[in-house]
Amino acid sequence: MTKNLRVKSSKLVDETYRISFKFNGTTYYGFKGDTLASALLANNIHLVGRSFKYHRPRGIMTAGSEEPNAIVQLHNGTSRTEPNVRATEIEIYEGLVATSQNCWPSVKFDIGGINNFLSPLLPAGFYYKTFMWPASFWEKYEYFIRKSAGLGKSPDVPDPDIYEHKYIHCDVLVIGAGISGLIAAKTAAKNGFKTLLVEEKSYLGGSTIYQDSEFFKINNQNSASWLEKEINEVKKIENLEIKTRTSVAAFHGYNFLLARENLTDHLPIEQRENKTRQRLLKIRAKKVITATGSIERPLIFDNNDRPGILLSSAIKKYADLFGVACGEKNILFTNNDSVYETAISLIQKGIKVQAIIDNREEIDSKLIKETEKNNIKIYKGYTIVDTFGYKRINSVSIMKLSKDGQKVIGSKENISCDSLGISGGWTPAVHLFTQSGGKLKFRDDDQVFIPNTYPSNQISIGSCNGDFTLDEILINTPKLLKEFLNIKKTEYENIEIYSAFNKSKRNIWLLPSNKIVGKTKSFVDFQNDATAKDIKLALREGFRSIEHVKRYTTTGMGTDQGKLGNMHALGIISETASSKMGELGTTTFRPPYTPLTFGTIVGRNVGKYFDIIRKTPIHEWHVENKAEFENVGQWKRAWYYPQNGENMHEAVQRESKAARDSAGILDASTLGKIDIQGTDASEFLNRVYTNAWSKLEIGKCRYGLMLNEDGMVYDDGVTTRLDENHYIMTTTTGGAATVLGKLEDYLQTEWPELDVYLTSVTDHYATISVCGPNSKKIIQKVIPEIDLSDKDFPHMSFKNSKIGKVKCRVMRISFTGEQSYEINIQANYAKSVWENCMEAGKEFNITPYGTETMHLLRAEKGFIIAGQDTDATMTPIDLQMDWIVSKKKFDFIGKRSLYRSDTIREDRKQLVGLITDNPEEILEEGAQIVADMNKTPIEMLGHVTSSYFSPNLKKSIALGVVKGGKNMMGQKLIIPMEKKQINVTVTDPVFLDKENKRLNA
Amino acid sequence: MFLINCPFCGEREQSEFKAGGEAHIVRPKQPTELSDDQWAEYLFMRKNIKGIQFERWNHIHGCRKWFNMVRDTSNDEIKAVYKMGEKPPVK
Ligand SMILES: [Zn+2]
Repeated sequence: MTKNLRVKSSKLVDETYRISFKFNGTTYYGFKGDTLASALLANNIHLVGRSFKYHRPRGIMTAGSEEPNAIVQLHNGTSRTEPNVRATEIEIYEGLVATSQNCWPSVKFDIGGINNFLSPLLPAGFYYKTFMWPASFWEKYEYFIRKSAGLGKSPDVPDPDIYEHKYIHCDVLVIGAGISGLIAAKTAAKNGFKTLLVEEKSYLGGSTIYQDSEFFKINNQNSASWLEKEINEVKKIENLEIKTRTSVAAFHGYNFLLARENLTDHLPIEQRENKTRQRLLKIRAKKVITATGSIERPLIFDNNDRPGILLSSAIKKYADLFGVACGEKNILFTNNDSVYETAISLIQKGIKVQAIIDNREEIDSKLIKETEKNNIKIYKGYTIVDTFGYKRINSVSIMKLSKDGQKVIGSKENISCDSLGISGGWTPAVHLFTQSGGKLKFRDDDQVFIPNTYPSNQISIGSCNGDFTLDEILINTPKLLKEFLNIKKTEYENIEIYSAFNKSKRNIWLLPSNKIVGKTKSFVDFQNDATAKDIKLALREGFRSIEHVKRYTTTGMGTDQGKLGNMHALGIISETASSKMGELGTTTFRPPYTPLTFGTIVGRNVGKYFDIIRKTPIHEWHVENKAEFENVGQWKRAWYYPQNGENMHEAVQRESKAARDSAGILDASTLGKIDIQGTDASEFLNRVYTNAWSKLEIGKCRYGLMLNEDGMVYDDGVTTRLDENHYIMTTTTGGAATVLGKLEDYLQTEWPELDVYLTSVTDHYATISVCGPNSKKIIQKVIPEIDLSDKDFPHMSFKNSKIGKVKCRVMRISFTGEQSYEINIQANYAKSVWENCMEAGKEFNITPYGTETMHLLRAEKGFIIAGQDTDATMTPIDLQMDWIVSKKKFDFIGKRSLYRSDTIREDRKQLVGLITDNPEEILEEGAQIVADMNKTPIEMLGHVTSSYFSPNLKKSIALGVVKGGKNMMGQKLIIPMEKKQINVTVTDPVFLDKENKRLNA
Repeated sequence: MFLINCPFCGEREQSEFKAGGEAHIVRPKQPTELSDDQWAEYLFMRKNIKGIQFERWNHIHGCRKWFNMVRDTSNDEIKAVYKMGEKPPVK
């Protein structure tokens, strides 16, 4: 089993630097520069996983990011375990531990493998058809599916690594550092453009960098040596930045791109400490040059998925770049000239090529002649009809193709092998181009989609633009660059090129077999186990759109997004349904091009940096006094202050009682505050609130409701007239930003003629609210100079005053129904004023209370909380607040909507009070309200919006919205709960002090 | 992500802006004189065009000014931006 399949003279690996790693529990050795895939292949390991549906053994198939099979889990301790890593991309490092994914209990003995024998029962749409019915069985199915189709494990502890985001602005971004990308980057940078070149691999040069044979020459040097000199020059250019191991994940509109730069994944673990692991680059480029290359196509024939079957270009790359032979008896199978390049490379390295099977009948090129010179048998006009070997391919059956390519003829011949390289031609990697909104066109000559129209300032060059051969690239790329960069000349004008590659190709999307399609397993999507048979079945069942066929068969829906087989899926649809390829379109390629880690996506926005935290200037006092906090938007608000081991209920009951019996104090600094000035300020308020403002005297406060234009309440608060043309508006804590935005919108767009200026001052002033029968005495102690007599300073009025030398505003307004004063003071003095109030209130048992008690107190009084008792469907009339809607005003925002046919319906949901028959029973907020439990279906009349046990009334109280509730006073309703029904009576929403005696006391 | 040329600040990232729906819908001067249908036309009816659309945008994390944009919704090309109260520079 373990053999050394290294051959000499590799480009990339350093054979003097040995690295040990573990795969599925066994220790192996590779060299620095190896990927996990190349190191495994060097150890003669092809079998690396099981397929998703049939659990068929699968091997390494490619040498790049298009890999569908070799998906592994990395284990670097529990917190750094990572699923879905492509073995073809991860560079090995000392101590790497990896296991196969999607196999249970082991890759060699896989229980799900039985699905392979059951496969006649697992056609396309199998999961949709079977597991949908009966619905009650789903739990059992789910257990089975999840257990056997494990797609890796995510770590269950926080990620210890550092990730970051970085913005980059450049003149020209070049994606891909193959030969065309390098030419583009060099040309752009040398012409004065600030250029960024990104390359997903660790090295520059693409596939040309190991194209070192006499059959490909540039200026009389082999193409690899020519390119190496170019790279050395490129590295020296000043305004050219090069980033390797950087993969562009998304190409959005307006040349905005996201790329992931991998900084430490290739380093030994101990060298990664305190370094940024991955960086998300947010690139805005004036011009983008896409040079993403092309991906070799597989061929679609029976059992084309066995371990040991690779893309022909991957076999060449493993030999040339990593010095690894994928097998000792290689067969190559093709419909074009590419495999002959592979054959010549293998011959040069002394690796045996058993035979070449070529779909084409009449072929002739210098590459083929060279191959034949080495006594390699070429079967011309043949196809493979089957392959053998369970965990590793051991032979193939071949037959002659008919003239039209639709059938096989003659007799079968078997050839043994241990590796099979396949090539179905090349598919331009147009994923990023189409992500950006680019439209493709179909080129019939060689059956490829290539870029047609560009949505932004960008071009595609090289093989992603359909220029596959060296001469096409070197002739077309400079031409395209001159036009795109608007330059007169490039240094590639009189270059001499020699390419032995012949472009002839015989394209057959689904190769014929001596068996009927229904009896074959010709895989189109290797990761998701979609076969040609599945696609044909989907078409028979009536699916026509490529997007529907994709979802029904799951073709192209794996982590590789079908980079290999999507074209064949299209081809088979086109042939079966007799429609033209160009008219079918392609499925949508969505970002990311290759999977991103969550760490990269969130960057530094984790833990306490997840979101902005807003704290009031009194916050530290709340912390010192053991407050529990609640999040209100971005604010941290004191929720309640438990004492002596109280739970929340006990603390809130105590706080609520104290506030009404003597004195309570609340930090109300989070309320939104908007300073409004200008000669039209009164008129402006008239238009944005439902009630009238023109006659409000200076020094008075007024409560207002704001509606949307559709008549629905969206915010409320008290606004105070500070002076003739000067008001201060308060909004709810959560509504502050939207209210300001809305007011600005109307001022700028509907009423630009109004002389009004708005300034948010929420953070500038802190608000301390002292309430209760003793509040007046406390405020008097804190501000001795102020006259608090009811005559001089009645409810709903305001005074300017001073605490020491510091100016403050005092409002007598109340959200609790108690006599109550609010001190507004410059934020940096707030904590000391708060402490003054606590000191002054000591003799009155002043009790700090949090938002929960505030909510309870206002509910006793029937005051609404916009957003809790209202949603976007409640008018002031629905809230039984008709008194606040001016009948006289000509207009205000939302007025006209209050008498639309829908808003005047009597059976709208309306706000009411609810009293439980059992005064100890507290309703659940959100619980449904019904009248009749016997009628089916049970009609839902509404729901509970606020509910508390009132310590002052000594009973349970609640607010709710009920259809037609206004006319149901005294009526009995039912709150059905999971295990019981609670009987309630509809009441007025004001439970306490209807006459407002306490406010004015 | 768009690059939007705020008429007051110049080119800025889309993340600094908020979209505000269809432009050039004038709030009726005397809403109380409108029928339910006429009011509903103003309140609810929006075009949602595939193609050239006139839109309101707000530079909410910048100068906070509202302005208008002409955008082709089929390919997100911004044809023009102009201040409130100005006539659209393109049709
Ligand atoms: Zn601006």
